[in-house]
Amino acid sequence: MATITRRMPLIIGVSQAVRRSSDVAREAPFIPLLVLTLLVFFAIFAPVIAPHSALDPVKPTREQCLAKYGMAACPYVDNVPPFWAHEGSVRTPLGTDFLGRDVLSRLMYGARISLVVALTGTLVAGVIGTLLGVLAGYLGRWWDQIIMRITDAWLTMPSLVFAILLSSVRGPGLWNIVVILALVFWSRYARVARGEVLTIRERDFVKLAEINGVRKLRIIFRHIVPNVINSVMVVFSLQVGVAVIIEASLSFLGVGVPPPEPSWGLMMAQERESLMEGKWWLAVFPGICITMLVLSANMLGDWLRVRLDPQLRNR
Amino acid sequence: MRKYILIRAVYSVVTLWLLVTIIFGLVRLTGDPVTMKAEAGADAAYIAQLRHNWGLDQPLYRQYTSYIGNLLLGDFGHSFGKSLPVKTIYLERLPNSLKLGFAAFVISLVLGIPLGMLSALRVNTWWDSVGKTIALLGLSMPGFFVGLVLIIVFGVQLHWLPVLGKGASAFIWSNPSTWVPFWFKDWSHLAMPAFALGWYFAGAMLRITRSGMLDVLDSDYIKLVRLKGVPEQVVIAKHALKNSMIPVLTLAGLNLLIMVNVAVVIEVIFNWPGVGQLLYDGLSNRDFPMVQGVVLMSGVMIVVLNFVIDVLYGYVDPRIRLSR
Repeated sequence: MATITRRMPLIIGVSQAVRRSSDVAREAPFIPLLVLTLLVFFAIFAPVIAPHSALDPVKPTREQCLAKYGMAACPYVDNVPPFWAHEGSVRTPLGTDFLGRDVLSRLMYGARISLVVALTGTLVAGVIGTLLGVLAGYLGRWWDQIIMRITDAWLTMPSLVFAILLSSVRGPGLWNIVVILALVFWSRYARVARGEVLTIRERDFVKLAEINGVRKLRIIFRHIVPNVINSVMVVFSLQVGVAVIIEASLSFLGVGVPPPEPSWGLMMAQERESLMEGKWWLAVFPGICITMLVLSANMLGDWLRVRLDPQLRNR
Repeated sequence: MRKYILIRAVYSVVTLWLLVTIIFGLVRLTGDPVTMKAEAGADAAYIAQLRHNWGLDQPLYRQYTSYIGNLLLGDFGHSFGKSLPVKTIYLERLPNSLKLGFAAFVISLVLGIPLGMLSALRVNTWWDSVGKTIALLGLSMPGFFVGLVLIIVFGVQLHWLPVLGKGASAFIWSNPSTWVPFWFKDWSHLAMPAFALGWYFAGAMLRITRSGMLDVLDSDYIKLVRLKGVPEQVVIAKHALKNSMIPVLTLAGLNLLIMVNVAVVIEVIFNWPGVGQLLYDGLSNRDFPMVQGVVLMSGVMIVVLNFVIDVLYGYVDPRIRLSR
């Protein structure tokens, strides 16, 4: 009897752990994860799996040339429709754009741009914002006042308008957008992190560390930051989607990723003319890609938010 | 109450000053307003001339004091391309943006609030899933994609709606007879851009209505009303709805202003002559004073609105005004 009672907690603990991890696996949003994995896969292996170059026109087949120009020698064939249309071909499954470049290959390379820009931008913003928020919350007094007033002022600007202003002085460019995203989004993290720290710094383990004479810097990084990470992760996952849209919008307006790079937003902007001619597919495919990426990021973020905040379950 | 309003006012002024200073600083720290006007490899004398014209060759504190001084006088500088004060051009365009913003606002409310209520009342059912899906799609489909799809379907394929422009009606400040009809004409031009713009905010509205409603339905006084045997319709219409609308209306007010200011891409797609397009024109004409002016105005509008909301909150809820 005694042995059983002594073993019970261990058994219960193990079974709970097993059940909990299987719960996580079951509840995890499968489709968004699949979409994200697929996009990341395309982004990483774009040079290997993309059927054509993202920047150079696809060499036309002899038939395509004859059909379009009535002669055998032509530089490229633009605006080939997707494969299911009458003039489409399987060589360029999603058609070619106004310069005869393969849309599918450009979309694959475009995943690179969207993911890299959005992830690095939000990550840098997250690090800066979290640190400032933690400093404000932990040091309190004047630090808190100054940092939070600046954060508040920062938060009043609509992010797209703010991003446009910054891009107007920085000029187009991939890394410029990362800088801009970091500058625009840090304030959201600061808000959340500071709020969390206000309760954490009153907890016993922080007080005990202070009594033991641990240095402030060590308390911040050993005891406070690890406890803020959960909330920061939620903000991060929800911000990535917004960052993707901001990047696409900037590129759409011509102040984001410069041509000829295959940014999804830029692709949509460049095809506005052909849209009026009824060639809808050119603008729709990049749009679907953006939507899928943002949708998956948001669903994952929602799931994370609910998982990390028990009060929100069943909501 | 007077003290509360005073504190909020000081707070808003500080926020405004910080905002203006942040913009001043960031523009000079992260880049150079001249890069916008002069392409790479431009003549050095030309660049020096530009710097001089914009006062960028002066010491930083001088630039700052004259910048703040001009703003206090309501002077946002002169547009480079049109050689008119930025303020004049801005005011000319503002009614168009307001019209688009209002229409999008109405669409977001009409779509968001009923759907949000429905999914809160039928929580964890099929209705709820539909609501959640629409909310997610609203937040995930960029407005400009929605706009392009609308153009493809209703403009290019079906030819139901005009694709470009705002129609013939105009709002002219000097001519009061145009002030009223402007809002009620050319709805066919308004339909697509307003939907594309309102779409995103409908998702946000839906979410906040749903969670507000769930919170209220969970509260003690709703339980009490139900225990008293009040019919369910009355519980919802009279007791739950009113209380759940407070956060919704706050967000709605803010959203209206945000819609007026972030419609840039939508306005570009539909060639809608609002302030967003002004921002875009400023970008493509390399007109820095214009870009800065539009951005500053949107900041000012939002700070002022936040102040108004705070004061209204203070009126409505004594706990708020006594807590500070």
